[in-house]
Amino acid sequence: MELLAFGKTGWGDELFYATLMTVAVSITAMLVGFFFALIFTPLKLSKYKTLNLVGNFYTTVIRGVPELLVIYLFFFGGSGAIMYVASIFGYFEYIEINAFITGSMAIGIISGAYSTEVFRGAIQSIDKGQFEAARVLGINKFGQFYKIILPQMLRFAIPNLSNVWQITLKDTSLISVTGLVEIMRQSYIAAGSTRDPLFFYSFAAILYLLLTYVSMKLINKLEVKYSRGY
Amino acid sequence: MITSFPKLIGATVVTLKLLSASLFFGLFLGLFFAILRLNKNIFINKFAYGYSYIFRGTPLLVQIFIIYFGLGQIEYLRSTFLWVILKEPYWCAIIAFTLNTGAYTSEILRSAFQTIKPGIIEAGKSLGISSKIIFYKIQIPIAIRQSLPAYGNEIILMMKGTSLASTVTLMDLTGVAKYIISTTFKPIEVFIVAGGIYLFMTFIIHNLIKYLEKKYSFQQ
Repeated sequence: MELLAFGKTGWGDELFYATLMTVAVSITAMLVGFFFALIFTPLKLSKYKTLNLVGNFYTTVIRGVPELLVIYLFFFGGSGAIMYVASIFGYFEYIEINAFITGSMAIGIISGAYSTEVFRGAIQSIDKGQFEAARVLGINKFGQFYKIILPQMLRFAIPNLSNVWQITLKDTSLISVTGLVEIMRQSYIAAGSTRDPLFFYSFAAILYLLLTYVSMKLINKLEVKYSRGY
Repeated sequence: MITSFPKLIGATVVTLKLLSASLFFGLFLGLFFAILRLNKNIFINKFAYGYSYIFRGTPLLVQIFIIYFGLGQIEYLRSTFLWVILKEPYWCAIIAFTLNTGAYTSEILRSAFQTIKPGIIEAGKSLGISSKIIFYKIQIPIAIRQSLPAYGNEIILMMKGTSLASTVTLMDLTGVAKYIISTTFKPIEVFIVAGGIYLFMTFIIHNLIKYLEKKYSFQQ
């Protein structure tokens, strides 16, 4: 147990901060994903074929390609792409992007594809009459979405979003290949310097189980809240 | 872009080998644990639930690392014949993938068994068919049909999962893609080719499952 002691003698505090980092990356990635879902869900539901195609292209490609490959694309291609954009504006210095930003962008784009599918399904499961009734009552488009569609949609979306959250949380372990110090990377470092990989990787597994367990409990509460009246 | 293509195609074979081996073993493991889950004994039941909970609740990367780096640490294992298997990254990857897909498959099959209407089993009993034959000839075929769509998703997820084999020094499609990216610094081109191969495999699996679903559907 002294391996897990806090302070200079053990790895307790390092692993604790690493866990916070995993949570931070997961939440950022989830929010980035929502942002992408906000753009691509309307595209997938649009009347126009071309917009549908763009939406479908995004979700199909991202869900059909391994997460690790997407992360490598961002890790190796990210700073190159930013530098290219900067060079247009006349800035030629080397730009290095933070591993946190690359990681949460890469995972965010992946989780966005899953969120898009969830939101599309949830919106389609709302009765058509609701849209028509809102229009008949003369509620403007903004109010229609925020006051009528969104609250009903969340009831359908939350169970599936909780799956997306679990996938996102587990995918963050892959960012360790880029060197961001989250649970997996920290265990790798600790395992390397103590030569005790079995202990540290098992401990990492327990930390992930703990995170999924706690988040499931919290999400269940949300689920109860949004299914009031049913 | 063109020069990297043959290398990536060669690596696809490794990916496909990993995928087919782990799916093959994983299916049996999944079926075994699904049957345990349906057992009335609370200990057997809890054991099977614990297995699927642990393997579904932790990242696949952790599982591979525990098996590849962790198990080698146990002195006793090094002296047994298991060491012949466990020192090879290829077999470690297959063991990790099998255990992982087994957990997901057991959940898929369990829910498929539970959706079988009791009337069908009762009908079998009243026809005087023994419960063993009811299980093999009635319950399993229905469960397979029920679980096809979910299992198709699992195959695609597993195909993406095999990319993690590259973290334990195996040169699968993602491993070779990463190697080419880091030597040529052309991430986008390589991503397009490797991603295209993965998408092509997804497309084939998707259509195969669709075909099977149609073939084995109840309503003609």
